[in-house]
Amino acid sequence: MSEAAETAPGARGSAARLGLMALPVAFFAVFFAYPVAAIVARGLHVDGTWRFGRLADVLAQPDIRHVLWFTTWQALASTALTLLVALPGAYVFARLDFPGKDVLRAVVTVPFVLPTVVVGTAFLALVGRGGLLDDLWGLRLDTTVWAILLAHVFFNYAVVVRTVGGLWAQLDPRQEEAARMLGASRLAAWRRVTLPALGPAVAAAALMVFLFTFTSFGVVQILGGPTFSTLEVEIYRQTSEIFDLSTAAVLTLLQFAAVGAILVLHAWTVRRRESALRLVDASLTARRPRGAAQWALLGAVLATVAVLLVLPLAVLVQRSLDAPRFAYYRALAHDDGGTFLVAPIDAIGNSLRYAAVATVIAVLIGSLAAAALARRDAGRLVRAFDALLMLPLGVSAVTVGFGFLITLDRPPLDLRGSWILVPLAQALVGAPFVVRTMLPVLRAVDERLREAAAVLGASPWRVWREVDLPIVRRALLVAAGFAFAVSLGEFGATVFIARPDNPTLPVAVARLLGRPGDLNYGQAMALSTILMVVCAVALLVLERLRTDRTGEF
Amino acid sequence: MSITGKRFAAAVVGLGMVTLSACGSSGSASGSGGDSRTVTLVSHDSWAASKSVVSAFERESGYKVKVLKDGDAGQAVNKAILTKDNPQGDVFFGVDNTLLSRALDNGLFQPYEAKGLDQVEAGFQLDKDKHRVTPIDYGDICVNYDKKYFADHKLTPPASFDDLTKPAYKNLLVTENASTSSPGLGFLLGTAAEYGATGWPDYWKKLEANGVKVVDGWEQAYDQEFSGSAGGRKAGGDRPLVVSYASSPPAEVVYAQPRPKTAPTGVATGTCFRQIEFAGVLSNARNTKGAKAFVDFLIGRTFQEDMPLNMFVYPVVQGAKVPAEFTEYGPAATDPETMAPDLIAANRDQWVKSWTSLVLK
Repeated sequence: MSEAAETAPGARGSAARLGLMALPVAFFAVFFAYPVAAIVARGLHVDGTWRFGRLADVLAQPDIRHVLWFTTWQALASTALTLLVALPGAYVFARLDFPGKDVLRAVVTVPFVLPTVVVGTAFLALVGRGGLLDDLWGLRLDTTVWAILLAHVFFNYAVVVRTVGGLWAQLDPRQEEAARMLGASRLAAWRRVTLPALGPAVAAAALMVFLFTFTSFGVVQILGGPTFSTLEVEIYRQTSEIFDLSTAAVLTLLQFAAVGAILVLHAWTVRRRESALRLVDASLTARRPRGAAQWALLGAVLATVAVLLVLPLAVLVQRSLDAPRFAYYRALAHDDGGTFLVAPIDAIGNSLRYAAVATVIAVLIGSLAAAALARRDAGRLVRAFDALLMLPLGVSAVTVGFGFLITLDRPPLDLRGSWILVPLAQALVGAPFVVRTMLPVLRAVDERLREAAAVLGASPWRVWREVDLPIVRRALLVAAGFAFAVSLGEFGATVFIARPDNPTLPVAVARLLGRPGDLNYGQAMALSTILMVVCAVALLVLERLRTDRTGEF
Repeated sequence: MSITGKRFAAAVVGLGMVTLSACGSSGSASGSGGDSRTVTLVSHDSWAASKSVVSAFERESGYKVKVLKDGDAGQAVNKAILTKDNPQGDVFFGVDNTLLSRALDNGLFQPYEAKGLDQVEAGFQLDKDKHRVTPIDYGDICVNYDKKYFADHKLTPPASFDDLTKPAYKNLLVTENASTSSPGLGFLLGTAAEYGATGWPDYWKKLEANGVKVVDGWEQAYDQEFSGSAGGRKAGGDRPLVVSYASSPPAEVVYAQPRPKTAPTGVATGTCFRQIEFAGVLSNARNTKGAKAFVDFLIGRTFQEDMPLNMFVYPVVQGAKVPAEFTEYGPAATDPETMAPDLIAANRDQWVKSWTSLVLK
């Protein structure tokens, strides 16, 4: 694509943009829009006529309206609560230096990759019968909406810490200091200087948390119990159990409408706030805590992380060790001839392979899209594409899985039964993270740098390589880490796709948990622990990649 | 800066190439079983068979077996129906009696009378006249009880549906959501078979008054709430009665180290609903011959005797040996409830809906 841009200097700008957009657009169209449209059409287009009347029928049901209302408000409440709890965390991880920070940052991301069925179990150890709250105050939150909200914070804490913290760490603290020097109070300086700069990243994080909680499935079912139902659960029931594809299609359209409204709102709030920012190397902005306020904040954040995130994880680890001589771990290496055609331990290799491929796809698609979207001359169409790229996060995995089935079924795209479907589906979820993580940083790059480079004769490719890339490398690695974590923990799309029998870690855990017996349960816990460690180590390694390149800015 | 930039770009390009080449190789390796030397089995996630048994089939028949797992039982069936004209494989295993009518009415299978069908008990052959499906295994969904709890409380465990509504068993039972869980649905159908299409709601009202707890899935009920299972004990489960399978007590023994002398749990034998699983040759299968050979293999003695400890189900072929663990630790259900597939098909959605508003709202 760089060659195309260089051979047509006249139309350089638009050609480059088209080149950047081509791959993400094609990917999105083939692996998302087409399958989803096909399955919706299958539901609404019956015997040669369109049944749009079904829309009114389904919407007229009070049950459905109740589900829509509950889905929306729990997602909004979860998003607000997550921001409230995690923003101080984002600050602490971005601006304060303390021992073990890198490890802890990886640890808080672990919940994000764990299968909900496992986390639900662990979380009950916090809020359920005989849990910590029960022991301390006789308080039980399971089967209440509070358990759902807290679990959503648990899952999405890292989304805020990584998305907002990533930018915060690179904001030049001297700007805020200058404001204070000029007489602004600490709060005023923060509100007038830092907050506006962080705005787009906060909005991006809020959007992702909203989309994740809006499509919440396992958490709602396990912690809330069967009396709570979300749109996602309803779509699953209509598609998988009742096989009423037309109701499922209407619900999918409803999900689209709600998610679309949020995306429009997000685009509208963000557009007016983006501005070029002074970005500096993250390692220069973090300091050891000074003063009582910073120590108190650090203490509060660490305490929150310990109770809300580490404790449930510790319960899993403890249960995995609850047998003499690591019996559960040793059992993982055996091919018991049944549940798995291979030993459960092989799931680690499968997971890593899938996640590596999915990360490459997500980073490739996501960063091309982000590069196109970041251009100042991006038109309305391009910005609309920005919103579209987020849609996979807000659409039911069942819908996508069934859609794949009826669309990717003939040459040249006969992918059914192929292993590549799994990383492709995972990349659909990972790519939006890459876009959202990179875009605020890319847009913050001072356009004059690019212009200067262009004036000096650099091709667009060279401008990107010499100006943008060095600045966004950190964001790129954060994004890659995210995409990797997403695909490592991805469960929904993976189980809804027909696949040859090489289970990923979450699938293997779910399969073990689905059978009675101590060894199965213990192995599920052991494999979950391994999943946590694999995730944490992978993230740590990715973060290390950047430290040997400090001082480039 | 530019050196690291180049290195980085090279790395990205390199990884991209790996992805592309990976795509390419998979494209040629996949194909939906067009090869006549390969027979592709489509099944649900619970499919399991010993490697040696499958290889023996491959050796003898000359076919290579490819397995595609396609979600839970309901999804696997629905997806097979959706792709009927261009199926993902040749043979399907795992449609049970609660979904059988849906599969047959949609023309999912082509007739094939399997070799050795005369060895299968007539009671399991629900499509006797047309032979579109072949019964492979059965199991019973039953209430399990925690032996220790009932011994400690000097209480006789319940034995029937009626018992479960008695005050002695108040707040002891946990079951699953009938609209999302297969044992949950089985238990509801069992009560409908016992008390009739008009009588089951009254029974459930009594059950509710007696403190039945409903959770979403089997995992939560069995591993979390039930006091008799390994997981439940660790999680502090406090319900000594759970809706599970008749084969769960043997599993508690087989998957424990060291193996206990007796199972920690028992089965309330009068609370069972029978589940029969079938296999069939898919309507537009590319390798019909291979699919037929595979169905023959599924009701062959080797597979039938290998199957119980892999999927915790019982063989349908007469004379197939049931593992000692099953007979020793799990009593067979006495006279389980059954229901004709067309009756289930006609009523299940309506019943589940009524059940939901009765029990969950």
